[in-house]
Amino acid sequence: MADAGSLINWSLLALSPPGWGGVLLAGLWQSVQIAVGGYTLGLVLGTGGAMGKLYGGPVAKDLLEVYTTLVRAVPELVLILILYYAGTDLLNQLSAALGYGAVDISGLAAGIFVIGVVQGAYSTEVLRGAIKAVPAGQIEAARAYGMSPVQIMRRITLPAMLPHAIPGLSNLWLIATKDTALLAVVGFSELTLVTRQAAGSTKAYLLFFCAAGVLYLLLTLVSNVLIGLIERRYRRGMAEPA
Amino acid sequence: MSDQTVSAVALTGLPPKASLFQPHRIVLMVIAALIVFSVVWFMRWDWLPKYSGRLVHGVGVTLMMLASTSILGFLLAVPIGLAQVAGPWPLKMLARGFCTVIRGTPLLLQLWLLYYGLGSLFPQFPEIRNSFLWPYLREAWPYGVAALTISFAAYEGEVMRGAFAGVPRGELEAARAYGMSPFTAFRRIWLPRALHRALPTLTGETVLQLKATPLVATITVIDAYSVVSKVRQETFITYEPLLLLALIYLCLTAILVVGFRWFENRIPTRGA
Repeated sequence: MADAGSLINWSLLALSPPGWGGVLLAGLWQSVQIAVGGYTLGLVLGTGGAMGKLYGGPVAKDLLEVYTTLVRAVPELVLILILYYAGTDLLNQLSAALGYGAVDISGLAAGIFVIGVVQGAYSTEVLRGAIKAVPAGQIEAARAYGMSPVQIMRRITLPAMLPHAIPGLSNLWLIATKDTALLAVVGFSELTLVTRQAAGSTKAYLLFFCAAGVLYLLLTLVSNVLIGLIERRYRRGMAEPA
Repeated sequence: MSDQTVSAVALTGLPPKASLFQPHRIVLMVIAALIVFSVVWFMRWDWLPKYSGRLVHGVGVTLMMLASTSILGFLLAVPIGLAQVAGPWPLKMLARGFCTVIRGTPLLLQLWLLYYGLGSLFPQFPEIRNSFLWPYLREAWPYGVAALTISFAAYEGEVMRGAFAGVPRGELEAARAYGMSPFTAFRRIWLPRALHRALPTLTGETVLQLKATPLVATITVIDAYSVVSKVRQETFITYEPLLLLALIYLCLTAILVVGFRWFENRIPTRGA
C-alpha cells in the first residue's frame, strides 16, 4: 500500500498544467454554459408550451401533451442520446440537401439543444401550473378593461404567476446543472468527463471525484443563495407560505 | 423538491381517457399509426430475435435495481426525515448535510466516485481483500445499488421531513393525552400519518428513480440500457435500439403509474 502522504497529493489540483485544477475549472465553465443555455432554451420552449397547452387549439394541446408525457416518462440519458444523434444527423442531412456539405456542429450547441428540449417539457408543466394558479377574476378584469391578449399576458398573467412559478423553476435550474453531467456519456468534455479523464490518468480517483463534487456543490449552494434573493423580491407583499 | 416539481419532472398520472374519438384525435391517431408503421416497416429490426433474450434479462436487472434501491432507500429515508424534524442538533445537522450534499451533486458523479474511487481504494487493504464481502465488492452492481439507494434516501428523506413536520400537532398531543409512550405514539400515529402524507410524492420519486437506473450501465452493470448499447456497438445501428429502449421505459413508467394509482385508491381518505 502507498504511504499516507501520497494518498492525497494536493499538487495534482494545481491550476497550471502538471496539476489538473485548470482543466477541472474549464470543465465547470463548460457545464455552466450548457446549463445556462439549456435552461434559457427550456424556458422559451416552456413558455410557448404552457401557452399552447392552456390557450392553444385542440391539435396543439394534444401534441404538447405527447411531448411532455414522453420526456417525463423516458430517462434523460436515453433522451439525450436520441436527441444528440438525431439532432446532429438531421442537421447534417439538411445542410447536405441545401448543398453546404456536412457541417461541424459544436458540442456546446448540441449540448444546449439537448438539455433545452428536455428542460422545455419540464418547464411547460411548471409554468402551466403557475398560470393556472392566477385567479381567473384578475384576467377577466383585465379583459374588461379592454386589454389585448398580449397586454394581459405582459401586465397581469406573467407578473401574477411568477411567485407560483419560482420554486418550481429554481428546482429546474438545479436539475439542469446536474443533467449536464449526463453529457459525459456522449463524450462532451464537461466537468464530470474531464474529472474522469484526470482521475484515470493520475489514478487519484477519490481526490478528483471529491473535488468535482465540491465544485458542483458550490454551484448549487451559490444558486440557492441567489434563488433565495429572487424569491424574496417576487414574493414581497404575499402571505408567508404556511 | 415540492410535489409540483416532481410531477413536472416525472410522469405521475396518465392523460385522461376523455373521448378518444373527437375528429382531430382520430386524424392524429391515423398519423401516429402511419409513423409507427413506417418505423416498423422501413427501419431495421432483424437484430431483435438475436438479442431478445439478453434484452429481457436486462429489463429484469433494471427492475431489480429499481425495486431494491427504492425499498432500501425508503427505509433509510424514514430515520433521515425523522432526525431532521425531531433529532438532537448534531443528528439534525448531519441529516441535513447529507441531504444537501447528495441533492447538490449529480448522481453520475456519485456513482463514479463510489465505483472508481472506493473500488480503487478497497484492494489496498488486505483486511477487505480477505473478508467474505470481497467477492461482492469486486463486482459492479453493489456500487450501483449503493449509489442509487443513497440518492433515493436523500430525496425521499427531504419528503419525509416535510411529511413528519406536516402531521397536525393536535393529533400528537391527543396521543400523549391518551397516555401513549413516545414510541407508541410514533408507531401508531406519527409514522402512519406521515407515510400517508408522503405517498402521493412517492409515485413521482419512484418514476424518477426508474429514470436514474440506466446510469448504472456506465459502471458495467448489464441492465436494459447496457444491452441496447451493446446492440448499437455490434450492429452499427444508431436509432432503432434507442427507440425500442425509449418504448420499454415508457411502458415501465406507465405500469408504475397505474400500479401506484391502484395502491393509492385502496387507502381510505376522508371526504374525497
